[in-house]
Amino acid sequence: MGTGRLYTAVAVGGFRRYATYRTATAAGVFTNTVFGLILAYVFMALWDEKPHLGGYDQAQALTYVWLSQALLMAMATMGGGFEDELIERIRTGDIAIDLYRPADLQLWWLSQDAGRAMFHLLGRGAVPLAFGALFFELALPADPLTWIAFLIAVALGTVVSFSLRYLVALSAFWLLDGAGVAQMSMIAGVFCSGMLLPLNVFPGALGEVVRALPWSSLVQGPADVLLGTADPLGTYVFQASWALGLLALGRLIQSVATRRVVVQGG
Amino acid sequence: MIAGMWIRSTMAYRASFVMTTFGNFAATALDFVAVLLMFSRVDRIGGYSLPEVAFLYGVSATSFGITDLVVGSMDRLGRRVRDGTLDTLLVRPVPVLAQVAADRFALRRLGRVTQGLLVLAYAIAVLDIDWTPLRLLMVPLMLLCGAAIFAAVFVAGGAFQFIAQDASEVQNSFTYGGTTLLQYPPTVFAKDLVRGVTFVLPLAFVNWLPGLYVLGRPYPLDLPTWIAFTPPLIAAGCCALAGIAWRAGLRSYRSTGS
Repeated sequence: MGTGRLYTAVAVGGFRRYATYRTATAAGVFTNTVFGLILAYVFMALWDEKPHLGGYDQAQALTYVWLSQALLMAMATMGGGFEDELIERIRTGDIAIDLYRPADLQLWWLSQDAGRAMFHLLGRGAVPLAFGALFFELALPADPLTWIAFLIAVALGTVVSFSLRYLVALSAFWLLDGAGVAQMSMIAGVFCSGMLLPLNVFPGALGEVVRALPWSSLVQGPADVLLGTADPLGTYVFQASWALGLLALGRLIQSVATRRVVVQGG
Repeated sequence: MIAGMWIRSTMAYRASFVMTTFGNFAATALDFVAVLLMFSRVDRIGGYSLPEVAFLYGVSATSFGITDLVVGSMDRLGRRVRDGTLDTLLVRPVPVLAQVAADRFALRRLGRVTQGLLVLAYAIAVLDIDWTPLRLLMVPLMLLCGAAIFAAVFVAGGAFQFIAQDASEVQNSFTYGGTTLLQYPPTVFAKDLVRGVTFVLPLAFVNWLPGLYVLGRPYPLDLPTWIAFTPPLIAAGCCALAGIAWRAGLRSYRSTGS
């Protein structure tokens, strides 16, 4: 089996695995829609008070709300993808078996996570966005090219998200219990990705800082490409640089960990 | 006793306990950070000032925190129904509801209560309220009745999981979604939504209706003044209904047999 086909198969496996839980997906769609609804009203009140807050008009702000709900699971901004499983494998020592497999550990999990992200984009993203478009005045582009540009930004964003969570999981080699780090990473993810509030609404220097951090690739970046408020190429370069840098760091830490750390339970 | 067992088990890893309690505090504080960020750019939201929103937020977050501390493990019930481990609870001589509530009882959830109380204390300190005995009494009453109403929602959600085993997330939209909704003033939301959380799922009685009395603000939907004093009745009613739903759910339980 060629390596390309192997990782495609892993990605398809990841997609199917999440597609199994249909009731849970429906329940999740319902929850995303309810939260989207609450946030939409809060944002309307905000933009009524100050039109063009953060450079968005009200329709753009509402689009942002529904986009962020649609991307929540695909981007795993609150965690909850492969990392829990990887942490568990590191803790129990099963990781030793993975390391003997003729597949690259990082690429394996990346493919699996790509499948997961793809499922969540379709399964949990499309419906809340459609609901938002039906009941609110959104600023969705009619141009298919903008949508394609948006999807590329989403794809790059999922890689950045993966590389961040891979680092979180690797910390378990030293800490064994990944709960604390996972929680800190969840807080950073929600705060710095733009899930909480669009990053261009953050005041002053704080806004500049959060926009320069990798998390802005998860929600703010793709949203701005779709809303036409950011240059797609610039966004891609930003996302790709973070993705490559963090993936390389992950590789480095992984090699240190596997060489120096005694595997549990062997 | 079961709760005590879980406390002892978490206390075995003290550093981890401190970290997760702080993490819980920080994670729930993000909601209020969002409110603060909003107020860094605007003076009012839905006509309410920052201390007023903080008051509504503090009551909602504290009462939800109390509920979460006591029955917050309810969303694990779906998993227990799925994998059949609920059977172990059925054979013990303790009410199943008490056992499910104490399942994985986590003292770290104190982080949420602390955060809510801090915001509430800030709001009360800054707000210029004309304190009458009635208004003063209303604050603890709100927290207790609010917690009872949220608890009823949690228990009803638990009962629902006997039927829809995989749908614990639906419950999240009413519990976590409910507390998020109540953190903002009712003037922000569409009339129909406010009607829904007043007459259908009576979340408005947690903090909006009694809270607006304390703040001296007009009620939504032109409701009469005495409605501010009804939360104890509403809370009792909700708990009774949730209890009936729970019994019905428990009776319909079929073990997986595994």
